[in-house]
Amino acid sequence: MKIQTILAAGAMTVAAVAAQNAQAGAVLDGIKAKGFVQCGVNTGLPGFSAANAEGKWEGIDVDVCRAAAAAVFGDANAVQYTPLTAAQRFTALQSGEIDILSRNTTATTTRDAKLGLTFVGINYYDGQGFLIPKALGVSSATELDGATVCVEPGTTTELNLADYFRAKGMSFEPVVIENINEATAAFFSGRCDVYTTDASGLASIRTQMAENPADYVILPEIISKEPLGPVVAQGDEQWSDVVRWAFAAMVEAEEYGVTMENVDDMKANSTNPGIQRLLGVSPGMGEALGLDEAWAYNIVKQVGNYGESYEKNVTAKLGLERGLNALWTDGGLQYAWPVR
Amino acid sequence: MSKPQNAPGDVRSKGLVDYLNDENVRAVLYQVVAIGLIVLAGWYLVSNTLYNLEQQNISTGYGFLDLEASFEISETMIDYSAQSDYATALMVGLLNTVKVSLLGIILCTIIGTIFGVARLSSNWIVRKLATVYVETFRNIPVLLQLFFWYALIPSAFPHPRDALEPLPGVLLTSRGMYLPVPEPDNAYTLMTIAAVIACVVIYFVRKWAKKRQDATGQPFPMLLAGIGIFVGLVLAAYLAGGAPTDMSMPALKGFNIQGGYNISPEFMAVLIGLTVYTSTYVAEVVRSGIQAVPNGQWEAADSLGIRRSIALRKVILPQSMRVAIPPLTNQYLNLTKNSSLAVAVGYPDLVSVSNTTMNQTGQAIEAISIFMSIYLGLSLLTSLFMNWFNKKMALVER
Ligand SMILES: N[C@@H](CCC(=O)N[C@@H](CS)C(=O)NCC(=O)O)C(=O)O
Repeated sequence: MKIQTILAAGAMTVAAVAAQNAQAGAVLDGIKAKGFVQCGVNTGLPGFSAANAEGKWEGIDVDVCRAAAAAVFGDANAVQYTPLTAAQRFTALQSGEIDILSRNTTATTTRDAKLGLTFVGINYYDGQGFLIPKALGVSSATELDGATVCVEPGTTTELNLADYFRAKGMSFEPVVIENINEATAAFFSGRCDVYTTDASGLASIRTQMAENPADYVILPEIISKEPLGPVVAQGDEQWSDVVRWAFAAMVEAEEYGVTMENVDDMKANSTNPGIQRLLGVSPGMGEALGLDEAWAYNIVKQVGNYGESYEKNVTAKLGLERGLNALWTDGGLQYAWPVR
Repeated sequence: MSKPQNAPGDVRSKGLVDYLNDENVRAVLYQVVAIGLIVLAGWYLVSNTLYNLEQQNISTGYGFLDLEASFEISETMIDYSAQSDYATALMVGLLNTVKVSLLGIILCTIIGTIFGVARLSSNWIVRKLATVYVETFRNIPVLLQLFFWYALIPSAFPHPRDALEPLPGVLLTSRGMYLPVPEPDNAYTLMTIAAVIACVVIYFVRKWAKKRQDATGQPFPMLLAGIGIFVGLVLAAYLAGGAPTDMSMPALKGFNIQGGYNISPEFMAVLIGLTVYTSTYVAEVVRSGIQAVPNGQWEAADSLGIRRSIALRKVILPQSMRVAIPPLTNQYLNLTKNSSLAVAVGYPDLVSVSNTTMNQTGQAIEAISIFMSIYLGLSLLTSLFMNWFNKKMALVER
């Protein structure tokens, strides 16, 4: 008995030492050693991250992880996915269970400053809206006084919701369910009058999960700003740089008109110094990031540029136009920091 | 060492080595070393965690508890709004956990006892039905049962607009059940006080009746008298309070039913799920408790001419209680702990509120430490109470 106690105490000490050693190593080194990027994604939000019929993960959020893997390994498929609910996501990142969280996550002060996280870019500018059955005959969010609202816990959504109703002097009854399938089931069964989340999420729920999408409308009011983007843990600046620039490269490729299709041609023939720098024809950028010079070439070749990723995932699956997410040159907000 | 063991008190010849060879000294030494190692390991884990959190720039501490929570909670037994602080939010969650656990414990005991007795019934159909009930609900994971009830309730009942009204003022809808409740009035405070007084009076009457029965053998109709005292006093208080009759009736207004008392589908799903699941275990505990009482007890009661139903109540059940209380305590603890699954169907229990808190503040370790200690506290309280009850029921050897 006593011996066992001593052994247990010893084992605990060893475990603690091991934990500390793991902490000391850089995330990027860990990723290189294990050979893949562990990517935290949504449990299933078509267009952003969802497993397709063959079990392959797809979506605009998934593409950020694939871009990071392409940059590090030259192989966009060197990614493993961890589906996470809104309430689980930050703990998974803080504890090192995942390397990137790319899961329609809003950048906020608290998350950035208090949770030990770093937002490395915004891959989707969004805002919160309301989805409601047509049959209720509601045409504006200002008519929602007294409504029952389905919402997911641990989101900015539930905070904006309380703020909005408080500011408008209206009341509501929340039904808070963590799992998106349970939550949407509650909404479709009539447990709630309204479902609220990011407008993109509403589009996804309406077009992909409703039996008859035409029975539901998204109200015109957008009640918040939701800049969604990939997040990494603080502590490894080299790794956050890789993810930041992997995403920036996708946007810059679109700005230069470099696509999956023409990237080889561009690499061989383009005389534009910006494109030459991006694709590693004139070296330096890869070295700066501690990556192969073909890092951005691999991203565009295997994942595509931002516009292609958007088109393939968001427009094709959810029917959403570029809107705020158009390039700045087209009047949108997507504006890549220059790769130079 | 070839020297013989030192006799106690023989101080002179004791060297250090002898000391270490002394069984008693060694025993103490081992304990000290073991405890020292544990403390060291504990201190190491804590300081290591703090160090790592600091390295990762994750803030620590319980200061977040008095920040504004900013989220709404659907069911609250105390005053709460999005402007309240996190501590109040956690309190709301705790009370919701206690509410559903307490009700669950009471209901599962009643239902479990009925099915436990039914499993021993001499009636074939009753016995088989009870067996089917127990075997079915005991062998389906409780989480699935919660999902089942939660899927069933909203889809089994109509939208509030077409609410069912089985009794006047009672509405059944996909948003739960609505009951009419009296409008708040001073009379109800008076009635509560009267109820407490009634309980005290009943306690003393019972004591007196028992004494009299012990002395004279004369039984006293305690149940009737008790009901009489209780109803009489409470009724008197109601009349003295001016006999208010205003009721808050649930009725459709806007999106939802307003007024009355709402029992939400989330609460119902959790309560029914936990009660049904745990009642099957209680039934088994009751059955084995009864079977643990030797048959001779039945026969002895029989030979004294005691009716079977009275023998069950007065002879058998009290004895089986002694066998049943410890495993019953386990079931109550299980039910309380299983109530943490409520989060899956959106009932705002302690875990649900803690989860949200931990996510909005990022204080995962703190929030988890809070709810773990609360569950530990709840479990210890339940155990303490049941231990006391067990002592009280235990056979007093004469
Ligand atoms: N952008 C918001 C909300 C993100 C969010 O979790 N949205 C829900 C509703 S669309 C969701 O993705 N749920 C899917 C899941 O839980 O797997 C945030 O970062 O807090």
